[in-house]
Amino acid sequence: MATPKPRVKVPKTASAGEVIVLKTLISHDMESGQRKDKEGKVIPRQIINKFSCEFNGQPVFSCDLDPAISANPYFEFTAKVTESGTFKFTWVDDNGSTYSDEQKIDVK
Amino acid sequence: MKKISLAIAIAATAVSGLAFHASAEPVDEQLFIDGQEMISRAPAPEGHPFDEVLSGWLFREAETRAAEADSFANPGMLDVERGEEIWATVEGSAGKSCASCHNDAAETMKGVGARFPKWDADAKRPIDIELQIDKCRVDNMGAEAYKFDADEQKALTAYIKHQSLGMPVKLDLSEGEMQSWWDKGKDVYYTRTGQLNLSCASCHEASMGKYIRADHLSQGQVNGFPTYRFNTGGLVSIQNRFRGCIRDTRAEMPKAFSDELLALEVYVTWRGTGLSVETPAVRQ
Repeated sequence: MATPKPRVKVPKTASAGEVIVLKTLISHDMESGQRKDKEGKVIPRQIINKFSCEFNGQPVFSCDLDPAISANPYFEFTAKVTESGTFKFTWVDDNGSTYSDEQKIDVK
Repeated sequence: MKKISLAIAIAATAVSGLAFHASAEPVDEQLFIDGQEMISRAPAPEGHPFDEVLSGWLFREAETRAAEADSFANPGMLDVERGEEIWATVEGSAGKSCASCHNDAAETMKGVGARFPKWDADAKRPIDIELQIDKCRVDNMGAEAYKFDADEQKALTAYIKHQSLGMPVKLDLSEGEMQSWWDKGKDVYYTRTGQLNLSCASCHEASMGKYIRADHLSQGQVNGFPTYRFNTGGLVSIQNRFRGCIRDTRAEMPKAFSDELLALEVYVTWRGTGLSVETPAVRQ
């Protein structure tokens, strides 16, 4: 599997108090641990098990992921913004790796 | 309180049950990808069994349709981005990448996805994008041809076809012997195979629009290939899709890029004449 690559979509600007839509997508096989390879051996589970989003250090949204979630998990959620700042998105892999991305938003 | 919510749930099920039957027809909606209008219904070319050719998008569930309409939500775009990286990656003994000769794909590959397969005078047979990539790799880059359905092959094919997003499919059957390959492809399309004794036409022509095996049968158009399928969580190539359908008839599968399947690709692509290239389309 190629290194998972996160993508996020955050509006560049918003007005104070506006509810904005945040979209995230990460490339990941989400190997469930239920499949077997050609030799009949179980392919070990390797999924993204946690996703979180913070704004200026404050939690916005987070969730645990389980093996039934499909490959390349996509999240769409909303947040109310009152000040300019940075959204930080973090994905945690079963193998211990974390993948993250940041996006700034300018609130007028 | 619990009783009431249960009653509502049953009512909702009953309503959606009705809607389920009503939606056996292709939806009456227009596909816009990031606001760009796609041609998902087009008048059929002369000699076509249908009056109107319909994109497979019209036959899918609302959530699947929505995923294709937003290029950010479309997981196939991850592969397109990978294809863009491959485009600029030097490989082979000649020290070249695709970009070394073809520069910016947004300009040089625009329209390519709408007119392939085309006639290859050197090989004296039609050539599709996957084979064209291999030809370039072997002849010009000094690199090896891709193994069939290698991730790189699918990603690069999707990237190249994506440059024609929205352009109507139009094959030139007057080139070389394209017409005789079209005829051969038509034969393959209408030949019943396998223990189930099905031809392509059994499902995609005679039963188009019906539910079968919990699936809504489309016209089997290929204007969105390579297509992202949720059931495999990745891109599926045209040749792989043909082989999968033939396998489902319980027949022996012809090899990818064999004469039979290449002829079928010419013919089936023609059957979608006028539809926009949707690569990478999103299907269930």
